[in-house]
Amino acid sequence: MAEQDWKANKRVFAAVSLPTLLWTLLFFVIPMAIVWFYSFGENKGLTEIEFSGTLDNYKRATEFLYLSIFGKSFAVAALVTLICLIIGFPVAMAITFASEKWRPWLLLGIMLPFWTNLLIRTYALMMLLGTQGFANKGLEALWGGASWFRTLVGLQPLPTWEPVQLLFNNFAVVFGLVYVHLPFMVLPLYAALDRLDRSLIEASLDLGAGHFRTIMRIVVPLAAPGIVAGVMITLIPALGAYLTPDLMGGTDSQMIANVIERQFKKANDWPFGAALSFILIYAMFILIALQAMRRKGPEVR
Amino acid sequence: MALFARTPRAPLEYSRTLWMRAWVGLVMLFLYAPLIVLMIFSFNDSKRNVVWRGFTTKYYEKALGNDVLVEALVNSLTIAALATIASLILGAVAAVMLWRFRFPLKGAVDGTISLPIIVPEICMGVAFLIFFAKWLEWPTDLIWPFNLGAIVIAHITFCFPFVTMVVRSRLASFNREQEEAAKDLGAGEWAVFRDVLIPHMKPALVAGALLSFTLSLDDFVITYFTSGPDTITFPVKVYSMVRFSVTPEVNAASTLLIILTIVLTAVALKLQGVKAIAETH
Repeated sequence: MAEQDWKANKRVFAAVSLPTLLWTLLFFVIPMAIVWFYSFGENKGLTEIEFSGTLDNYKRATEFLYLSIFGKSFAVAALVTLICLIIGFPVAMAITFASEKWRPWLLLGIMLPFWTNLLIRTYALMMLLGTQGFANKGLEALWGGASWFRTLVGLQPLPTWEPVQLLFNNFAVVFGLVYVHLPFMVLPLYAALDRLDRSLIEASLDLGAGHFRTIMRIVVPLAAPGIVAGVMITLIPALGAYLTPDLMGGTDSQMIANVIERQFKKANDWPFGAALSFILIYAMFILIALQAMRRKGPEVR
Repeated sequence: MALFARTPRAPLEYSRTLWMRAWVGLVMLFLYAPLIVLMIFSFNDSKRNVVWRGFTTKYYEKALGNDVLVEALVNSLTIAALATIASLILGAVAAVMLWRFRFPLKGAVDGTISLPIIVPEICMGVAFLIFFAKWLEWPTDLIWPFNLGAIVIAHITFCFPFVTMVVRSRLASFNREQEEAAKDLGAGEWAVFRDVLIPHMKPALVAGALLSFTLSLDDFVITYFTSGPDTITFPVKVYSMVRFSVTPEVNAASTLLIILTIVLTAVALKLQGVKAIAETH
Protein backbone atom coordinates (compact mmCIF):
# COMPACT_ATOMS: atom_id res chain seq x y z
CA MET A 1 0.00 0.00 0.00
CA ALA A 2 1.41 3.32 -0.98
CA GLU A 3 1.36 6.55 0.99
CA GLN A 4 -2.05 8.01 1.58
CA ASP A 5 -2.94 11.37 0.11
CA TRP A 6 -3.43 13.88 2.90
CA LYS A 7 -6.84 14.91 1.56
CA ALA A 8 -8.14 11.35 1.95
CA ASN A 9 -8.02 11.61 5.72
CA LYS A 10 -7.76 15.25 6.71
CA ARG A 11 -8.66 14.73 10.36
CA VAL A 12 -5.87 12.21 11.02
CA PHE A 13 -3.42 14.23 8.94
CA ALA A 14 -4.16 17.31 11.03
CA ALA A 15 -3.71 15.34 14.23
CA VAL A 16 -0.29 14.01 13.26
CA SER A 17 1.03 17.03 11.39
CA LEU A 18 -0.08 20.11 13.30
CA PRO A 19 1.85 19.54 16.55
CA THR A 20 5.17 19.00 14.79
CA LEU A 21 4.67 21.65 12.16
CA LEU A 22 3.68 24.29 14.71
CA TRP A 23 6.53 23.35 17.03
CA THR A 24 9.12 23.41 14.27
CA LEU A 25 7.83 26.71 12.95
CA LEU A 26 7.62 28.42 16.32
CA PHE A 27 10.73 27.12 18.03
CA PHE A 28 13.07 26.43 15.17
CA VAL A 29 12.23 28.29 11.97
CA ILE A 30 11.37 31.58 13.68
CA PRO A 31 14.45 31.67 15.98
CA MET A 32 16.73 30.83 13.04
CA ALA A 33 15.01 33.48 10.91
CA ILE A 34 15.59 36.05 13.64
CA VAL A 35 19.31 35.23 13.66
CA TRP A 36 19.31 35.59 9.90
CA PHE A 37 17.74 39.07 10.18
CA TYR A 38 20.20 40.01 12.91
CA SER A 39 23.08 39.21 10.57
CA PHE A 40 21.97 42.16 8.43
CA GLY A 41 21.66 44.52 11.37
CA GLU A 42 24.01 46.87 13.15
CA ASN A 43 24.58 47.88 16.74
CA LYS A 44 23.01 51.15 17.83
CA GLY A 45 23.87 51.74 21.43
CA LEU A 46 24.36 49.00 23.99
CA THR A 47 21.27 46.88 23.52
CA GLU A 48 19.58 48.35 20.51
CA ILE A 49 20.01 46.79 17.12
CA GLU A 50 18.87 48.35 13.91
CA PHE A 51 17.93 46.14 10.98
CA SER A 52 19.41 48.23 8.25
CA GLY A 53 19.99 45.47 5.70
CA THR A 54 23.71 46.16 5.80
CA LEU A 55 26.22 43.63 4.51
CA ASP A 56 28.98 45.01 6.74
CA ASN A 57 28.88 42.00 9.07
CA TYR A 58 29.56 39.64 6.19
CA LYS A 59 32.24 41.95 4.85
CA ARG A 60 33.92 41.94 8.24
CA ALA A 61 33.78 38.14 8.31
CA THR A 62 36.01 38.08 5.22
CA GLU A 63 38.79 39.94 7.03
CA PHE A 64 41.98 37.96 7.26
CA LEU A 65 41.60 37.24 10.98
CA TYR A 66 38.21 35.60 10.60
CA LEU A 67 39.03 33.87 7.33
CA SER A 68 42.07 32.33 8.96
CA ILE A 69 39.95 31.09 11.88
CA PHE A 70 37.50 29.55 9.43
CA GLY A 71 40.41 27.97 7.56
CA LYS A 72 41.92 26.68 10.76
CA SER A 73 38.60 25.25 12.00
CA PHE A 74 38.21 23.46 8.72
CA ALA A 75 41.77 22.12 8.79
CA VAL A 76 41.36 20.88 12.37
CA ALA A 77 38.01 19.24 11.57
CA ALA A 78 39.47 17.60 8.44
CA LEU A 79 42.49 16.31 10.34
CA VAL A 80 40.26 14.95 13.11
CA THR A 81 38.06 13.23 10.54
CA LEU A 82 41.07 11.66 8.82
CA ILE A 83 42.48 10.35 12.10
CA CYS A 84 39.06 9.00 13.09
CA LEU A 85 38.81 7.25 9.71
CA ILE A 86 42.24 5.64 10.07
CA ILE A 87 41.56 4.51 13.65
CA GLY A 88 37.92 3.65 13.07
CA PHE A 89 38.07 1.64 9.84
CA PRO A 90 39.85 -1.42 11.31
CA VAL A 91 37.52 -1.27 14.32
CA ALA A 92 34.47 -1.27 12.04
CA MET A 93 35.99 -4.19 10.10
CA ALA A 94 36.60 -6.10 13.31
CA ILE A 95 33.02 -5.54 14.49
CA THR A 96 31.60 -6.56 11.11
CA PHE A 97 33.48 -9.83 11.03
CA ALA A 98 33.16 -10.61 14.72
CA SER A 99 31.09 -13.58 15.84
CA GLU A 100 27.35 -13.17 16.40
CA LYS A 101 27.88 -13.34 20.12
CA TRP A 102 30.48 -10.59 20.31
CA ARG A 103 29.23 -8.12 17.73
CA PRO A 104 26.44 -6.43 19.74
CA TRP A 105 28.73 -6.04 22.74
CA LEU A 106 31.51 -4.50 20.68
CA LEU A 107 28.97 -2.10 19.22
CA LEU A 108 27.72 -1.27 22.67
CA GLY A 109 31.33 -0.70 23.73
CA ILE A 110 31.67 1.91 20.99
CA MET A 111 28.30 3.52 21.78
CA LEU A 112 28.50 3.79 25.55
CA PRO A 113 31.10 6.62 25.52
CA PHE A 114 28.88 8.35 22.95
CA TRP A 115 26.07 8.35 25.53
CA THR A 116 28.33 9.60 28.29
CA ASN A 117 28.32 13.31 28.95
CA LEU A 118 30.61 15.20 26.58
CA LEU A 119 31.78 17.54 29.31
CA ILE A 120 32.70 14.64 31.57
CA ARG A 121 34.63 12.95 28.78
CA THR A 122 36.50 16.17 28.04
CA TYR A 123 37.26 16.65 31.73
CA ALA A 124 38.49 13.04 32.04
CA LEU A 125 40.84 13.63 29.14
CA MET A 126 42.10 16.88 30.67
CA MET A 127 42.92 15.03 33.87
CA LEU A 128 44.93 12.50 31.91
CA LEU A 129 46.80 15.00 29.75
CA GLY A 130 47.68 17.59 32.41
CA THR A 131 51.31 18.25 33.30
CA GLN A 132 50.73 16.15 36.41
CA GLY A 133 48.57 13.60 34.56
CA PHE A 134 49.20 10.02 33.64
CA ALA A 135 50.25 10.71 30.06
CA ASN A 136 53.14 12.78 31.36
CA LYS A 137 53.94 10.26 34.08
CA GLY A 138 54.06 7.52 31.45
CA LEU A 139 56.33 9.55 29.19
CA GLU A 140 58.56 10.36 32.15
CA ALA A 141 58.92 6.66 32.94
CA LEU A 142 59.79 5.95 29.29
CA TRP A 143 62.29 8.80 29.33
CA GLY A 144 63.84 7.45 32.53
CA GLY A 145 64.06 4.02 30.93
CA ALA A 146 65.74 5.42 27.84
CA SER A 147 68.18 7.36 29.99
CA TRP A 148 69.04 4.25 31.97
CA PHE A 149 69.52 2.31 28.75
CA ARG A 150 71.93 4.96 27.46
CA THR A 151 74.07 4.72 30.58
CA LEU A 152 73.97 0.96 30.15
CA VAL A 153 75.51 1.13 26.67
CA GLY A 154 78.02 3.74 27.87
CA LEU A 155 76.42 6.96 26.59
CA GLN A 156 75.69 10.13 28.51
CA PRO A 157 72.37 9.91 30.39
CA LEU A 158 69.58 12.08 29.03
CA PRO A 159 68.90 15.44 30.65
CA THR A 160 66.30 15.42 33.42
CA TRP A 161 62.69 15.08 32.36
CA GLU A 162 60.67 18.20 31.75
CA PRO A 163 56.90 17.66 31.72
CA VAL A 164 55.51 18.09 28.22
CA GLN A 165 52.71 20.57 27.74
CA LEU A 166 50.02 18.26 26.39
CA LEU A 167 47.10 20.47 27.29
CA PHE A 168 46.03 23.95 26.16
CA ASN A 169 47.46 23.71 22.67
CA ASN A 170 46.41 22.59 19.19
CA PHE A 171 47.53 19.03 19.83
CA ALA A 172 45.10 18.80 22.76
CA VAL A 173 42.24 20.10 20.62
CA VAL A 174 42.83 17.51 17.90
CA PHE A 175 43.33 14.75 20.46
CA GLY A 176 40.16 15.73 22.32
CA LEU A 177 38.07 15.98 19.17
CA VAL A 178 39.27 12.56 17.99
CA TYR A 179 38.38 11.11 21.37
CA VAL A 180 34.91 12.60 21.29
CA HIS A 181 34.08 11.90 17.64
CA LEU A 182 35.48 8.42 17.13
CA PRO A 183 32.12 6.68 17.78
CA PHE A 184 30.48 8.93 15.15
CA MET A 185 32.87 7.48 12.57
CA VAL A 186 32.79 3.82 13.60
CA LEU A 187 29.00 3.38 13.59
CA PRO A 188 28.24 4.43 9.97
CA LEU A 189 31.33 2.57 8.77
CA TYR A 190 30.05 -0.55 10.48
CA ALA A 191 26.58 -0.07 8.99
CA ALA A 192 28.11 0.10 5.49
CA LEU A 193 30.51 -2.81 5.93
CA ASP A 194 27.77 -4.97 7.39
CA ARG A 195 25.72 -4.65 4.20
CA LEU A 196 28.64 -5.72 2.05
CA ASP A 197 28.36 -8.92 0.01
CA ARG A 198 31.03 -11.10 1.54
CA SER A 199 31.30 -13.42 -1.45
CA LEU A 200 32.98 -10.56 -3.33
CA ILE A 201 35.74 -10.41 -0.73
CA GLU A 202 36.09 -14.19 -0.82
CA ALA A 203 36.27 -14.10 -4.61
CA SER A 204 39.03 -11.52 -4.48
CA LEU A 205 40.99 -13.57 -1.97
CA ASP A 206 40.47 -16.77 -4.00
CA LEU A 207 41.74 -15.07 -7.13
CA GLY A 208 45.00 -14.33 -5.41
CA ALA A 209 44.75 -10.78 -4.09
CA GLY A 210 46.23 -10.23 -0.65
CA HIS A 211 44.18 -8.97 2.27
CA PHE A 212 45.47 -5.42 1.98
CA ARG A 213 44.85 -5.30 -1.75
CA THR A 214 41.36 -6.76 -1.27
CA ILE A 215 40.53 -4.10 1.28
CA MET A 216 41.81 -1.27 -0.88
CA ARG A 217 40.37 -2.48 -4.21
CA ILE A 218 37.15 -4.23 -3.15
CA VAL A 219 36.04 -3.27 0.36
CA VAL A 220 36.77 0.45 0.26
CA PRO A 221 35.05 1.14 -3.10
CA LEU A 222 32.00 -0.91 -2.11
CA ALA A 223 31.76 0.75 1.29
CA ALA A 224 32.33 4.22 -0.19
CA PRO A 225 28.82 5.54 0.62
CA GLY A 226 29.28 4.53 4.27
CA ILE A 227 32.74 6.06 4.37
CA VAL A 228 31.37 9.32 2.98
CA ALA A 229 28.54 9.21 5.53
CA GLY A 230 31.02 8.61 8.36
CA VAL A 231 33.21 11.45 7.14
CA MET A 232 30.24 13.84 7.08
CA ILE A 233 28.92 12.74 10.47
CA THR A 234 32.37 13.37 11.97
CA LEU A 235 33.33 16.46 10.00
CA ILE A 236 30.14 18.47 10.64
CA PRO A 237 30.11 18.40 14.45
CA ALA A 238 33.90 18.71 14.58
CA LEU A 239 33.68 21.90 12.50
CA GLY A 240 31.17 23.42 14.92
CA ALA A 241 32.87 22.15 18.08
CA TYR A 242 32.82 24.57 20.97
CA LEU A 243 33.60 22.76 24.21
CA THR A 244 36.81 20.93 23.26
CA PRO A 245 38.69 23.94 21.86
CA ASP A 246 37.36 26.07 24.70
CA LEU A 247 38.50 23.80 27.52
CA MET A 248 41.48 22.01 26.00
CA GLY A 249 42.81 24.59 23.58
CA GLY A 250 45.23 27.42 24.14
CA THR A 251 44.88 31.04 23.15
CA ASP A 252 45.73 30.20 19.53
CA SER A 253 43.41 27.20 19.24
CA GLN A 254 40.18 29.13 18.88
CA MET A 255 37.74 27.56 16.48
CA ILE A 256 34.85 29.31 14.79
CA ALA A 257 32.31 28.36 17.48
CA ASN A 258 34.45 30.06 20.12
CA VAL A 259 34.55 33.25 18.08
CA ILE A 260 30.75 33.16 17.70
CA GLU A 261 30.35 32.66 21.45
CA ARG A 262 32.58 35.63 22.16
CA GLN A 263 30.44 37.91 19.97
CA PHE A 264 27.40 37.05 22.06
CA LYS A 265 28.85 36.84 25.56
CA LYS A 266 31.82 39.21 25.79
CA ALA A 267 32.16 41.38 22.71
CA ASN A 268 28.40 41.98 22.64
CA ASP A 269 28.29 42.28 18.88
CA TRP A 270 25.24 40.19 18.13
CA PRO A 271 24.82 41.10 14.45
CA PHE A 272 28.38 40.06 13.67
CA GLY A 273 27.96 36.84 15.67
CA ALA A 274 24.74 36.15 13.76
CA ALA A 275 26.56 36.61 10.46
CA LEU A 276 29.33 34.22 11.53
CA SER A 277 26.68 31.67 12.62
CA PHE A 278 25.06 31.79 9.23
CA ILE A 279 28.36 31.46 7.41
CA LEU A 280 28.94 28.29 9.45
CA ILE A 281 25.46 27.01 8.57
CA TYR A 282 26.05 27.75 4.87
CA ALA A 283 29.31 25.82 5.08
CA MET A 284 27.37 22.83 6.43
CA PHE A 285 24.87 23.11 3.59
CA ILE A 286 27.67 23.14 1.03
CA LEU A 287 29.21 20.02 2.59
CA ILE A 288 25.86 18.23 2.55
CA ALA A 289 25.16 19.29 -1.03
CA LEU A 290 28.58 17.93 -2.05
CA GLN A 291 27.74 14.64 -0.39
CA ALA A 292 24.36 14.48 -2.12
CA MET A 293 26.02 15.11 -5.48
CA ARG A 294 28.56 12.41 -4.83
CA ARG A 295 25.83 9.99 -3.86
CA LYS A 296 23.95 10.63 -7.10
CA GLY A 297 27.08 10.20 -9.21
CA PRO A 298 27.61 6.41 -9.19
CA GLU A 299 23.90 5.68 -9.57
CA VAL A 300 23.83 7.34 -12.98
CA ARG A 301 26.19 4.80 -14.46
CA MET B 1 38.45 -16.18 25.03
CA ALA B 2 40.15 -17.70 22.05
CA LEU B 3 43.00 -15.26 21.92
CA PHE B 4 45.06 -17.89 20.15
CA ALA B 5 43.04 -19.67 17.54
CA ARG B 6 42.16 -23.23 18.36
CA THR B 7 40.50 -23.87 15.03
CA PRO B 8 42.17 -22.61 11.85
CA ARG B 9 41.11 -19.09 11.03
CA ALA B 10 38.80 -18.67 8.04
CA PRO B 11 39.92 -15.96 5.59
CA LEU B 12 37.15 -13.56 6.54
CA GLU B 13 37.46 -13.90 10.27
CA TYR B 14 39.42 -10.66 10.44
CA SER B 15 38.46 -10.11 14.03
CA ARG B 16 40.38 -13.22 14.96
CA THR B 17 43.71 -11.95 13.72
CA LEU B 18 45.99 -10.85 16.49
CA TRP B 19 46.71 -7.35 15.20
CA MET B 20 43.00 -6.67 14.73
CA ARG B 21 42.36 -7.68 18.32
CA ALA B 22 45.23 -5.55 19.52
CA TRP B 23 43.83 -2.59 17.53
CA VAL B 24 40.30 -2.98 18.92
CA GLY B 25 41.72 -3.45 22.40
CA LEU B 26 43.79 -0.27 22.11
CA VAL B 27 40.81 1.71 20.82
CA MET B 28 38.65 0.48 23.69
CA LEU B 29 41.45 1.40 26.09
CA PHE B 30 41.62 4.84 24.50
CA LEU B 31 37.85 5.27 24.88
CA TYR B 32 37.51 3.94 28.41
CA ALA B 33 40.82 4.60 30.21
CA PRO B 34 40.13 8.32 30.82
CA LEU B 35 36.67 7.54 32.23
CA ILE B 36 37.92 4.72 34.44
CA VAL B 37 40.77 6.85 35.77
CA LEU B 38 38.28 9.63 36.50
CA MET B 39 36.02 7.24 38.40
CA ILE B 40 38.87 5.69 40.40
CA PHE B 41 40.28 9.04 41.38
CA SER B 42 36.93 10.25 42.67
CA PHE B 43 37.75 8.03 45.67
CA ASN B 44 41.23 9.49 46.07
CA ASP B 45 41.99 11.17 49.37
CA SER B 46 43.90 14.07 47.86
CA LYS B 47 43.16 17.52 46.52
CA ARG B 48 45.46 17.00 43.58
CA ASN B 49 44.16 14.42 41.23
CA VAL B 50 47.20 12.45 40.31
CA VAL B 51 48.75 10.69 43.28
CA TRP B 52 46.81 8.01 45.06
CA ARG B 53 46.61 8.83 48.77
CA GLY B 54 44.10 6.29 49.98
CA PHE B 55 40.43 5.55 49.67
CA THR B 56 37.79 8.05 50.73
CA THR B 57 34.18 8.85 49.96
CA LYS B 58 34.40 12.35 51.36
CA TYR B 59 34.19 13.98 47.93
CA TYR B 60 30.86 12.27 47.39
CA GLU B 61 29.64 13.72 50.67
CA LYS B 62 31.00 17.07 49.58
CA ALA B 63 29.38 16.86 46.14
CA LEU B 64 26.04 15.78 47.59
CA GLY B 65 26.32 18.47 50.26
CA ASN B 66 26.91 21.11 47.60
CA ASP B 67 23.43 22.61 47.25
CA VAL B 68 24.10 24.29 43.93
CA LEU B 69 25.45 21.08 42.43
CA VAL B 70 22.49 19.04 43.67
CA GLU B 71 20.05 21.66 42.41
CA ALA B 72 21.80 21.60 39.05
CA LEU B 73 21.55 17.82 38.90
CA VAL B 74 17.85 17.86 39.83
CA ASN B 75 17.24 20.54 37.20
CA SER B 76 19.07 18.53 34.54
CA LEU B 77 17.15 15.35 35.31
CA THR B 78 13.83 17.22 35.32
CA ILE B 79 14.64 18.87 31.99
CA ALA B 80 15.76 15.57 30.49
CA ALA B 81 12.60 13.76 31.66
CA LEU B 82 10.25 16.47 30.35
CA ALA B 83 12.14 16.83 27.09
CA THR B 84 12.14 13.05 26.58
CA ILE B 85 8.39 12.70 27.06
CA ALA B 86 7.58 15.59 24.74
CA SER B 87 10.16 14.48 22.16
CA LEU B 88 8.73 10.97 22.10
CA ILE B 89 5.24 12.30 21.38
CA LEU B 90 6.30 14.92 18.83
CA GLY B 91 8.86 12.65 17.22
CA ALA B 92 6.56 9.65 16.89
CA VAL B 93 3.73 11.74 15.52
CA ALA B 94 6.04 13.39 13.00
CA ALA B 95 7.36 10.00 11.91
CA VAL B 96 3.80 8.75 11.35
CA MET B 97 3.03 11.88 9.33
CA LEU B 98 6.06 11.43 7.07
CA TRP B 99 5.53 7.70 6.71
CA ARG B 100 1.81 7.61 6.11
CA PHE B 101 0.89 10.69 4.13
CA ARG B 102 1.67 12.29 0.83
CA PHE B 103 1.26 16.05 0.99
CA PRO B 104 2.46 19.19 -0.75
CA LEU B 105 5.97 20.42 0.16
CA LYS B 106 6.73 17.11 1.82
CA GLY B 107 10.41 17.31 0.92
CA ALA B 108 10.73 20.76 2.47
CA VAL B 109 8.89 19.71 5.65
CA ASP B 110 11.03 16.58 5.93
CA GLY B 111 14.20 18.62 5.50
CA THR B 112 13.20 21.29 8.00
CA ILE B 113 12.31 18.71 10.65
CA SER B 114 15.71 17.02 10.34
CA LEU B 115 17.60 20.31 10.15
CA PRO B 116 18.20 20.58 13.93
CA ILE B 117 20.29 17.40 13.65
CA ILE B 118 22.84 19.08 11.41
CA VAL B 119 22.72 22.74 12.40
CA PRO B 120 25.71 23.28 14.72
CA GLU B 121 24.84 23.48 18.41
CA ILE B 122 26.41 26.91 18.71
CA CYS B 123 24.10 28.32 16.03
CA MET B 124 21.00 26.89 17.71
CA GLY B 125 22.20 28.18 21.06
CA VAL B 126 22.58 31.66 19.62
CA ALA B 127 19.14 31.44 18.02
CA PHE B 128 17.51 30.48 21.32
CA LEU B 129 19.39 33.21 23.16
CA ILE B 130 18.03 35.87 20.85
CA PHE B 131 14.59 34.27 20.64
CA PHE B 132 13.98 33.89 24.37
CA ALA B 133 15.95 36.78 25.84
CA LYS B 134 15.33 39.47 23.22
CA TRP B 135 12.28 38.49 21.23
CA LEU B 136 9.94 36.91 23.74
CA GLU B 137 11.51 38.56 26.77
CA TRP B 138 10.90 35.27 28.51
CA PRO B 139 10.78 35.89 32.27
CA THR B 140 13.75 34.41 34.10
CA ASP B 141 12.47 34.68 37.66
CA LEU B 142 9.67 32.10 37.61
CA ILE B 143 9.42 29.52 40.34
CA TRP B 144 10.67 25.98 39.84
CA PRO B 145 9.97 24.10 37.58
CA PHE B 146 8.63 26.87 35.34
CA ASN B 147 12.02 28.59 35.27
CA LEU B 148 13.21 25.62 33.21
CA GLY B 149 10.62 26.27 30.49
CA ALA B 150 12.92 27.88 27.93
CA ILE B 151 15.57 25.18 28.34
CA VAL B 152 12.98 22.40 28.05
CA ILE B 153 11.61 23.93 24.84
CA ALA B 154 15.13 24.21 23.40
CA HIS B 155 15.91 20.61 24.32
CA ILE B 156 12.68 19.28 22.80
CA THR B 157 13.54 21.11 19.59
CA PHE B 158 16.88 19.38 19.14
CA CYS B 159 15.82 15.97 20.56
CA PHE B 160 12.62 15.16 18.71
CA PRO B 161 14.17 14.97 15.20
CA PHE B 162 16.31 12.09 16.46
CA VAL B 163 13.19 10.28 17.69
CA THR B 164 11.55 10.89 14.31
CA MET B 165 14.57 9.43 12.54
CA VAL B 166 14.63 6.27 14.67
CA VAL B 167 10.85 5.71 14.63
CA ARG B 168 10.63 6.30 10.91
CA SER B 169 13.19 3.65 10.07
CA ARG B 170 11.27 1.26 12.32
CA LEU B 171 7.96 2.10 10.62
CA ALA B 172 9.45 1.15 7.26
CA SER B 173 9.20 -2.49 8.33
CA PHE B 174 5.53 -2.21 9.30
CA ASN B 175 3.16 -4.44 7.42
CA ARG B 176 0.21 -2.25 6.53
CA GLU B 177 -2.03 -5.27 6.19
CA GLN B 178 -2.09 -5.40 9.99
CA GLU B 179 -3.57 -1.93 10.00
CA GLU B 180 -6.16 -2.91 7.40
CA ALA B 181 -7.03 -6.05 9.34
CA ALA B 182 -7.59 -4.01 12.50
CA LYS B 183 -9.80 -1.58 10.60
CA ASP B 184 -11.79 -4.40 9.02
CA LEU B 185 -12.39 -5.73 12.50
CA GLY B 186 -13.87 -2.40 13.46
CA ALA B 187 -11.03 -0.50 15.08
CA GLY B 188 -11.07 3.27 14.67
CA GLU B 189 -8.02 5.39 13.82
CA TRP B 190 -7.11 5.93 17.43
CA ALA B 191 -7.49 2.24 18.35
CA VAL B 192 -5.26 1.28 15.41
CA PHE B 193 -2.65 3.79 16.48
CA ARG B 194 -2.73 2.68 20.11
CA ASP B 195 -3.02 -1.09 19.68
CA VAL B 196 -1.25 -1.78 16.41
CA LEU B 197 1.18 1.01 15.52
CA ILE B 198 2.55 1.80 18.97
CA PRO B 199 3.39 -1.84 19.80
CA HIS B 200 5.23 -2.04 16.48
CA MET B 201 7.13 1.18 17.19
CA LYS B 202 8.03 0.18 20.74
CA PRO B 203 11.70 -0.79 20.18
CA ALA B 204 12.26 2.50 18.34
CA LEU B 205 10.48 4.39 21.12
CA VAL B 206 12.75 2.85 23.76
CA ALA B 207 15.82 3.68 21.70
CA GLY B 208 14.48 7.16 20.99
CA ALA B 209 13.80 7.76 24.67
CA LEU B 210 17.33 6.71 25.60
CA LEU B 211 18.71 8.93 22.84
CA SER B 212 16.65 11.99 23.88
CA PHE B 213 17.38 11.57 27.56
CA THR B 214 21.12 11.31 27.04
CA LEU B 215 21.19 14.10 24.44
CA SER B 216 19.33 16.38 26.82
CA LEU B 217 21.48 15.46 29.80
CA ASP B 218 24.59 15.89 27.67
CA ASP B 219 23.84 19.28 26.25
CA PHE B 220 26.01 22.13 27.38
CA VAL B 221 26.23 24.62 24.54
CA ILE B 222 22.53 25.21 23.84
CA THR B 223 21.66 25.29 27.55
CA TYR B 224 24.52 27.69 28.25
CA PHE B 225 22.96 30.19 25.86
CA THR B 226 19.31 29.54 26.70
CA SER B 227 19.44 29.53 30.49
CA GLY B 228 18.95 32.74 32.37
CA PRO B 229 21.42 33.90 35.01
CA ASP B 230 19.64 32.07 37.83
CA THR B 231 18.96 28.73 36.20
CA ILE B 232 21.77 26.25 36.34
CA THR B 233 22.02 22.74 34.92
CA PHE B 234 24.51 20.02 35.67
CA PRO B 235 26.73 20.49 32.59
CA VAL B 236 26.70 24.27 33.06
CA LYS B 237 27.74 23.87 36.70
CA VAL B 238 30.43 21.30 35.91
CA TYR B 239 31.70 23.59 33.16
CA SER B 240 32.22 26.45 35.58
CA MET B 241 33.84 24.10 38.09
CA VAL B 242 36.24 22.73 35.46
CA ARG B 243 36.90 26.21 34.17
CA PHE B 244 37.96 27.67 37.47
CA SER B 245 39.29 24.77 39.47
CA VAL B 246 39.70 21.07 39.03
CA THR B 247 38.53 19.39 42.20
CA PRO B 248 37.80 15.78 43.15
CA GLU B 249 34.24 16.97 43.72
CA VAL B 250 33.84 17.18 39.94
CA ASN B 251 35.12 13.61 39.71
CA ALA B 252 32.56 12.45 42.24
CA ALA B 253 29.67 14.22 40.52
CA SER B 254 30.84 12.96 37.12
CA THR B 255 31.07 9.41 38.42
CA LEU B 256 27.47 9.61 39.61
CA LEU B 257 26.36 10.75 36.17
CA ILE B 258 28.38 8.05 34.39
CA ILE B 259 26.74 5.45 36.64
CA LEU B 260 23.35 6.92 35.80
CA THR B 261 24.15 6.59 32.07
CA ILE B 262 25.18 2.97 32.55
CA VAL B 263 22.00 2.22 34.53
CA LEU B 264 19.85 3.82 31.84
CA THR B 265 21.60 1.81 29.15
CA ALA B 266 21.13 -1.35 31.18
CA VAL B 267 17.40 -0.61 31.56
CA ALA B 268 17.09 -0.05 27.80
CA LEU B 269 18.99 -3.29 27.19
CA LYS B 270 16.73 -5.16 29.57
CA LEU B 271 13.70 -3.78 27.73
CA GLN B 272 14.88 -4.39 24.21
CA GLY B 273 17.95 -6.60 24.15
CA VAL B 274 21.42 -5.58 23.06
CA LYS B 275 20.79 -6.18 19.36
CA ALA B 276 17.82 -3.86 19.02
CA ILE B 277 19.61 -1.04 20.80
CA ALA B 278 22.78 -1.55 18.80
CA GLU B 279 20.90 -1.51 15.52
CA THR B 280 19.19 1.82 16.04
CA HIS B 281 22.32 3.74 15.19
